[in-house]
Amino acid sequence: MNFDLTDEQKAIRQTVREFAVERVMPRAEEMDREEAFPYDLVKEMAELGLMGLPFPEQYGGAGADTVSYALAVMELARADASTAITMAAHCSLGASPFYLFGTEEQKQKYLVPLAQGKMLWGFGLTEPNAGSDAGNTQTKAVLKDGSWIVNGTKAFITNSGTDISGGTTITAVTGQRSDGKPEITNLIIDQDTPGFARSKKYKKMGWRASDTRELSFADAKVPEGNVLGKRGDGLKNFLTILDGGRISVAALSVGLARGAYDEALKYAKERTAFGRPISKFQAIQFKLADMLMEIEHAELMVLKAAWEKDEKRDFSQSASLAKLYSGEVSRRVVNEAVQIHGGYGFMDEYPVSRMYRDQKINEIGEGTNEVQRLVIARMMGL
Amino acid sequence: MKIVVTVKLVPDTNAAKRIDPATKRLVRTGLETVLNPFDEYAIEAALQLKEKLGGDTTVTVFTMAPETGKETIRKALAMGADDAVMLSDAGLEGSDVWATSYAMAQALKKTGFDLLIAGGLADDGNTGGVPGALAEYLGVPALTNVRKIEEAGDGKIRAQRETDSGYQVVSGPLPSLITVTMAVGEPRYASLKGIMGAKKKTIVTLMLADLGLDRAVGTDGAKTEVLEISAPKPREKARVVEAADGASGAQAIFDFLREKKLI
Ligand SMILES: Cc1cc2nc3c(=O)[nH]c(=O)nc-3n(C[C@H](O)[C@H](O)[C@H](O)COP(=O)(O)OP(=O)(O)OC[C@H]3O[C@@H](n4cnc5c(N)ncnc54)[C@H](O)[C@@H]3O)c2cc1C
Ligand SMILES: Cc1cc2nc3c(=O)[nH]c(=O)nc-3n(C[C@H](O)[C@H](O)[C@H](O)COP(=O)(O)OP(=O)(O)OC[C@H]3O[C@@H](n4cnc5c(N)ncnc54)[C@H](O)[C@@H]3O)c2cc1C
Repeated sequence: MNFDLTDEQKAIRQTVREFAVERVMPRAEEMDREEAFPYDLVKEMAELGLMGLPFPEQYGGAGADTVSYALAVMELARADASTAITMAAHCSLGASPFYLFGTEEQKQKYLVPLAQGKMLWGFGLTEPNAGSDAGNTQTKAVLKDGSWIVNGTKAFITNSGTDISGGTTITAVTGQRSDGKPEITNLIIDQDTPGFARSKKYKKMGWRASDTRELSFADAKVPEGNVLGKRGDGLKNFLTILDGGRISVAALSVGLARGAYDEALKYAKERTAFGRPISKFQAIQFKLADMLMEIEHAELMVLKAAWEKDEKRDFSQSASLAKLYSGEVSRRVVNEAVQIHGGYGFMDEYPVSRMYRDQKINEIGEGTNEVQRLVIARMMGL
Repeated sequence: MKIVVTVKLVPDTNAAKRIDPATKRLVRTGLETVLNPFDEYAIEAALQLKEKLGGDTTVTVFTMAPETGKETIRKALAMGADDAVMLSDAGLEGSDVWATSYAMAQALKKTGFDLLIAGGLADDGNTGGVPGALAEYLGVPALTNVRKIEEAGDGKIRAQRETDSGYQVVSGPLPSLITVTMAVGEPRYASLKGIMGAKKKTIVTLMLADLGLDRAVGTDGAKTEVLEISAPKPREKARVVEAADGASGAQAIFDFLREKKLI
């Protein structure tokens, strides 16, 4: 048993930390207020190698392992959750499907520019009436004269509508299986596909500087060759992507919690009441001790799941446990962080108020808390 | 062109430091080492020059440090330096400027260089004495406090030297040594690809036996003896001026400055 990070993992964590503190943190408040997608930061993240961190160098990535990737997401989220999700969704949801299921040609055409951070890509699973129940996809694709004709709607799709978004990979019903269930296939939808449109950005409670849109398909005409993976494997393959995605959302939760803890600790030392710093009150000390305990615990769970993935072991259960636990930890931590700030924590200019809003999605996105519990129970054989 | 950058590994600049009263040396155990901040500017200047010159220009980082510093020196490789040379030997412990620069110079003769770039000052020892002494031992000119390298190549270098009132344009032959100021540009981040690639770059380790020195180094070769170390006197408590309004406050401050003959 060895808890030491490798030299590369340490250096990546340190570098991303410096970048996050110097470049991202000073902008977080304004980006949140203005709902401004940070094109310049994405460019800088691309130059740094963050947008392709976990992909091999031959495909334009940095060739880092999952542990390094989780550490990088944590450090970004510690500074700003919106920036972190832009990067994390890009890697684990946008680019990963091409890496895992793409042909060599698709990898060259899509994965390379994505890993280089030259374009962003969406992951279109959720629909207005198919969220937790993702298999209930209503979007349909029919093959006609060498093209897929796609009709339907996708909801809440991250990174799908920025100026540098190249498209979205979706699930669509392409027929019926022999067992009578719908055949679901992944289709690559390029941004300029006729009949494909994006809504305006949703108005959101948190992650306000990230790009989330509704997608609509009205007889959208997609080349027949734009199938990703095998026809009929669409749902299975997307659920595989979500397994890895859970590590990234879990890392995001831990990072956010640590950012809130940093702020609370600092504030507790500065703020005085009854003639002394509030950090001298045992009630505040106990809160901070509990926060740190839970963050450390959650971080170990995330790193264990990431390590298992790197070791090519079955990491599904660990990833679900880590995602569920760290999501809940982030809620308790941001809550206490605001409490420690008193009335100031309720004010926009204090980072903890943003963190409080940014937190909630951690318990909803990429499988709600309830769904994680279902998945975990299923893995117990229940 | 072969550019060599001297980089000192120093204790984390933000960490609280302690001097051991017995040895009168900085306690280094438990402190993380980092690249000396000024030397990061030297690396930046070297990488900029490499990008400008292209071709077969290489950047080598050179450090005299214990072998445990290997991990830290990789950060310089991750920033973009091509390789590294470490002079590591227990016999170097206790070297002062005199012994440090002598040992470094002998190693740098072995490494060879067209342009040697140093930071101006080390964050821990803080003497600023090494670069000048290096130039002397190596028999090359020293162009100090460079804020911009205008041209380098064909056996010549031209650079802007920062002064109190502006800058001077100076030139000299190559090989030369220069020290740089923070005006050369903010040190770049190590790219994550660079970090992943740093492990594949070579770090050559030299020991004293490789150098064939004809003089003592380490504690025996040091000419400096630290006699006493004391903390700076704590500053006197500031006097707070309290006044009913701005005008009488300003008057009180004015009177105070006048009394101290500061205005
Ligand atoms: C900001 C944001 C970004 C997103 N980005 C993406 C994206 O990039 N791509 C994408 O495909 N999706 C994305 N999503 C969608 C997200 O994954 C879904 O919102 C989530 O999976 C939940 O689905 P739903 O909203 O339909 O909720 P529902 O499934 O309708 O759930 C409503 C409630 O019912 C509970 N519930 C549902 N089924 C059960 C059950 N069987 N047992 C017990 N409780 C149950 C849920 O836990 C929840 O509490 C994003 C969402 C948001 C808000
Ligand atoms: C608290 C303390 C007090 C000391 N006081 C003295 C003293 O009074 N007199 C004395 O002679 N020594 C002293 N020393 C020892 C000192 O650490 C060494 O002399 C040191 O190797 C060189 O001096 P410097 O750190 O001042 O470097 P500087 O001369 O300030 O460094 C300037 C530049 O030279 C290069 N450089 C310096 N050292 C190295 C290195 N090891 N490897 C690569 N490049 C390098 C770097 O580019 C650096 O930016 C002291 C050390 C400590 C910790």
